[in-house]
Amino acid sequence: MIVFEKPKSLTDAQLHYCPGCTHGIIHRLVAEVIDELGIEGKTIGIAPVGCSVFAYNYFTCDMIEAAHGRAPAVATGVKRSNPDNIVFTYQGDGDLAAIGTAETVHSAARGENITIIFVNNAIYGMTGGQMAPTTLPGQVTQTSPYGRDPKAVGLPVKVCELLQNVDGATYLERVAVNNVKNVKNAKKAIKKAFMNQIEGKGFSLVEVLSTCPTNWGLKPDKALEWLEEKMIPYYPLGVYKDKTAEKEGE
Amino acid sequence: MAEKVLMKGNEALAEAAIMAGCRHYFGYPITPQTEVAAYMAKRMPLIGGTFLQAESEIAAINMVYGAAAAGKRAMTSSSSPGISLKSEGISYLAGCDLPALIVNVQRGGPGLGGIQPSQSDYFQATKGGGHGDFHLIVLAPASVQEMVNLTFKGFDLADKYRMPAMLLSDGTMGQMMEPVSLDVDEIKQYDKSSWACTGTKCEREHHIINSLIIDPDELEKYNFERFERYAKIEAEEAMHDEYRMEDAEICIVAYGVAARVSQNAIDKAREQGIKVGMIRPITLWPFPKAALNAAADKVKTFISVELSMGQMIEDIELATRCKKPVLLCNRVGGMIPTTEDILNSIAKANSVGGDK
Repeated sequence: MIVFEKPKSLTDAQLHYCPGCTHGIIHRLVAEVIDELGIEGKTIGIAPVGCSVFAYNYFTCDMIEAAHGRAPAVATGVKRSNPDNIVFTYQGDGDLAAIGTAETVHSAARGENITIIFVNNAIYGMTGGQMAPTTLPGQVTQTSPYGRDPKAVGLPVKVCELLQNVDGATYLERVAVNNVKNVKNAKKAIKKAFMNQIEGKGFSLVEVLSTCPTNWGLKPDKALEWLEEKMIPYYPLGVYKDKTAEKEGE
Repeated sequence: MAEKVLMKGNEALAEAAIMAGCRHYFGYPITPQTEVAAYMAKRMPLIGGTFLQAESEIAAINMVYGAAAAGKRAMTSSSSPGISLKSEGISYLAGCDLPALIVNVQRGGPGLGGIQPSQSDYFQATKGGGHGDFHLIVLAPASVQEMVNLTFKGFDLADKYRMPAMLLSDGTMGQMMEPVSLDVDEIKQYDKSSWACTGTKCEREHHIINSLIIDPDELEKYNFERFERYAKIEAEEAMHDEYRMEDAEICIVAYGVAARVSQNAIDKAREQGIKVGMIRPITLWPFPKAALNAAADKVKTFISVELSMGQMIEDIELATRCKKPVLLCNRVGGMIPTTEDILNSIAKANSVGGDK
């Protein structure tokens, strides 16, 4: 009996992510969900610019590489062309919450029937660790070498809280992948975000708190601890919006 | 079938796009192209198509990118400042070898400029408005009829060569009304099944639409291949029209609205006995180099009539290897050269021509 295997929806390509980075876990969760829902053949993934730029090499479904921040617009174009396709974007914090803020907010406002996997690791990873819109106050990065100073550069953008007030959004949940329990919850949320699309319920976004040991300057285990101790208090986990539940409750 | 209807240029091009099989339009309001969006907003829902007003020109071109990646005929339209915003997306379309039609109903610039007709985006359109080595097929209509025919042609060439095409119009062409025949050719079908992202159905390897090529050797190879395709287009697809060139000693080169005014000026100059004709590029890229180079062996002088500070004139000089002098007759900022302006340039050309 096979008790553990690579999801069908992941290719055999070796991931390029740094040791201890949790992108691999999140890729796997997305792939497991695609497998379990049996939608591999009709799923189109949109890769971002950032650490997960090569996501198109890792998922076995059709993949489109978007310009920095534009994934929700590209996803919109695909979904409007072929509404039977299941379309997801996989985006980091710089991509989704800085350069792509408009595309994020307006795809939510339109209630675009797509699924967004938003990986928040509080830093720009691919370019070597610059301050992100989600970098915590006081956090040291290459472009906030004395720690993020809220007086000079303001406070982090909390994406789920921001989108909570966008009427068009259907489902928003923040999860983390720092321990087994949270990973299981993350998978549940990702599955729901895909299910919502299959059922035509509209815009779903799952924010996944993730680590960046390399650019945080921490060993992988310490990075998981930092996520738990620093990130989760600032970015509380939970469901921020679930219109599907409201409808069921009515 | 040759029945003609009176239509506004912008609306005629929108209808032509629909007739060309385009069912996916993404736009953002900007004067003077808004009629295209308004027309699409009315028509698309009735024919099962998509009209979507995006949150920005940037989003609109990326929606086009998504629809094109899905194998659909998709388009956007805008005017000069909006095209600047779309330039990132246009570069990605070119880098991913995706077909799409982009309409630029040009207005005066730079910056916010004005809202009156202009041709000052010539460089942007013909030299590749975004980053990287690439070209667009650039079509320049000079009548409402050509707004129709070249829109149709633009979709066809974009599919044929897997690259974005641009209809480079201006406020005059967009706003004016003329009788037009909507009798167009049959749509040629191009097989997109080897690359379009429509889902693998678990029956094939996944398709990847991408312009990120990290390996320099490989990226160079892609660029070389793309330019081989461009060379074929330059050899086969350049289009131009000639007016009274048989015995011309002075050759006006003009496109779009500038060609319309030039035609009047040529007729008047001919009445005065001045032998002047016109070569009107219909494709600005590929530029009709061969026709101009051939003309350079016959005429004494060229005049570039354009609504810009002298952009096309550089291509004329290159195409003719500077064999003959090229004068510039231009107005900018939304102003259009009058017949008299052009007649003055013709008189000047008549006195200086042939010196070189």
